[in-house]
Amino acid sequence: MAVAAEAVVEAQIVEHRRGFARRWYRTPSFVAGASILGLIVLAALAAPLITNHGPTSQDLLNTLQGPSSKHWLGTDDLGRDVWSRLVYGARTDLKVAFLAVLFPFSIGTVIGLLSGYYGGWVDTITNWLVNIVVAFPFYVLIIALVFALGPGTSSIYIAITIVGWVSYARIIRGEVLIAKRRDYVLAAKSGGLSDARILFRHLLPNVVTQAIVFACSDIVLDILAIITLGYLGLGVQPPTPDWGRMIADGQTFLTTHWELSTIPGIAVVITALGLSLLADGLADLLRPE
Amino acid sequence: MSEPLLRVRDLRVEFALARGTLTAVDGASFDVHRGEALGVVGESGSGKTIALRSIVGLLPRGAKITGGTVEVDGVDVTAAGEDRRRELRGTTVSMIFQEPMTALNPVMRVGDQIAEEPLVRLGQSRRAAKADALELMRLVGIPDPVRRAEHYPHELSGGMRQRVMIAIALSGSPKLILCDEPTTALDVTIQDQILKLLQRLQRELDVALVFVSHDLAVIAQTCRRLAVMYAGQVVETGEVETVFREPRHPYTLGLLRSVPDFDVVRERLASIPGAPPDLASPPQGCRFHPRCAFVQDDCLASAIPLLEVGPGRAARCLHHDQAAADARREPVVAGA
Repeated sequence: MAVAAEAVVEAQIVEHRRGFARRWYRTPSFVAGASILGLIVLAALAAPLITNHGPTSQDLLNTLQGPSSKHWLGTDDLGRDVWSRLVYGARTDLKVAFLAVLFPFSIGTVIGLLSGYYGGWVDTITNWLVNIVVAFPFYVLIIALVFALGPGTSSIYIAITIVGWVSYARIIRGEVLIAKRRDYVLAAKSGGLSDARILFRHLLPNVVTQAIVFACSDIVLDILAIITLGYLGLGVQPPTPDWGRMIADGQTFLTTHWELSTIPGIAVVITALGLSLLADGLADLLRPE
Repeated sequence: MSEPLLRVRDLRVEFALARGTLTAVDGASFDVHRGEALGVVGESGSGKTIALRSIVGLLPRGAKITGGTVEVDGVDVTAAGEDRRRELRGTTVSMIFQEPMTALNPVMRVGDQIAEEPLVRLGQSRRAAKADALELMRLVGIPDPVRRAEHYPHELSGGMRQRVMIAIALSGSPKLILCDEPTTALDVTIQDQILKLLQRLQRELDVALVFVSHDLAVIAQTCRRLAVMYAGQVVETGEVETVFREPRHPYTLGLLRSVPDFDVVRERLASIPGAPPDLASPPQGCRFHPRCAFVQDDCLASAIPLLEVGPGRAARCLHHDQAAADARREPVVAGA
């Protein structure tokens, strides 16, 4: 009997070990999201290899050209290659979006851990700050902050961090409130481990999953915010290529050359779609059995 | 005899509730000597787990020690600061929990969990801590420790998990291990293995055990002395053998009578009538009197002290000879 039981356990272990590997390609949204995003990231990384013009080099003799073998997606009003600008723009926007998620993710997670674990005045102050930030509409606050701080990428990071940490803090706090009552926390305490160790070595890995899934959909929101800011002239500053600025610049020629605004717009939609699918798939895969 | 390793005196733990104060532990006293095993028996809500947790200073939210002393290895933990208490945990006193599934970190490899205390508490190198963990896994009877160390708790069976739990409890080389119903969640066959393991460790490592359980059979197998708790009070203490043969408190007698015994055919299993009292407003006088078969007028008059009833024995009963006489008429333990 014992041997049979052992065999069953063994089989379960093998099953589990292969679990993620076996399941990821059975989750369609994960596969689709990862493929779309993978292609975009790959294109952004390989930008110099897949373009034949610099993203900022002007050719004033060939402005507002349609697609050709020389300029695959045509040129804009300054004769810049639209394909190059699109690919280099992906570089800028993805990098900015990734960093703009990383800061609020880290700060919000730490604050959520502390406020959930210690409670008391730490929690009270955190809830206070959270409520203040939540009281403002997301875009209004971001735009106001970037406007006050002055346009540019560092302002974007600061503004999104100030607004964005709130969601992570709330998610992590809620998870910690549940997890800290678990016996393994008590067991860690009874082993004389320090609070810092319990927080970061024991609680964090148990509660961080939800925040990671949220980050994948949050990054979509951040990309849209960065594009919006670029469109308003508050975002990534020229001549650095950025999709938001491309949409804004193309607006003047909307009646004659609609594709100048539409092409980066489609790029935004596809990126957002890829990230949303990825978030959806990750949520399925990381859900505890 | 030498200084006891654990000396609990008149311990009082209270919960502040919306409807008043609940006294979970009321004047509990017991000693545990080096390398000794003490059993603490009682039903749910008798205060045994709370008493145990006050020893490591890890009471649930809202609970507070309001009286008495708990001395661990000469240090009064009720007076010591949190830092001092933390120093004692793991390296002097450690704990084993009832549910090994929930008491192990689900997302940490078991080898890392066992190596953690040697690493951060004993200040060993990563390599030495890892070697320690493997050695401990071997000691608690986990086969193929090198491979098992890489597993996560949910990949192990219940018995293996409890062995991991025991290895963690041992990892700080404590002098005292507090076991909170360590076998309740396990199959009977596994239960026996774990109890034998704990006994072996107690003998070989000279570590003292406090065994909290509602299961008299578990206590009988592992402990030499026991303390019976009822409604937050220790109602009887003594050697397991003598208490089983001749209980001096009616509650102990009732507990023993309610254990199924296949050697003695009874019409039906005896049970203690009534339910344990509400600890927010315990009964006047003896707390057991509403359920007691031998109750007399003087039982209600005033709180009953723990009375010396023999060498190394005490009972919180004014008429302790009644329970003993009843046990003599009809032995409660087969062969006693």
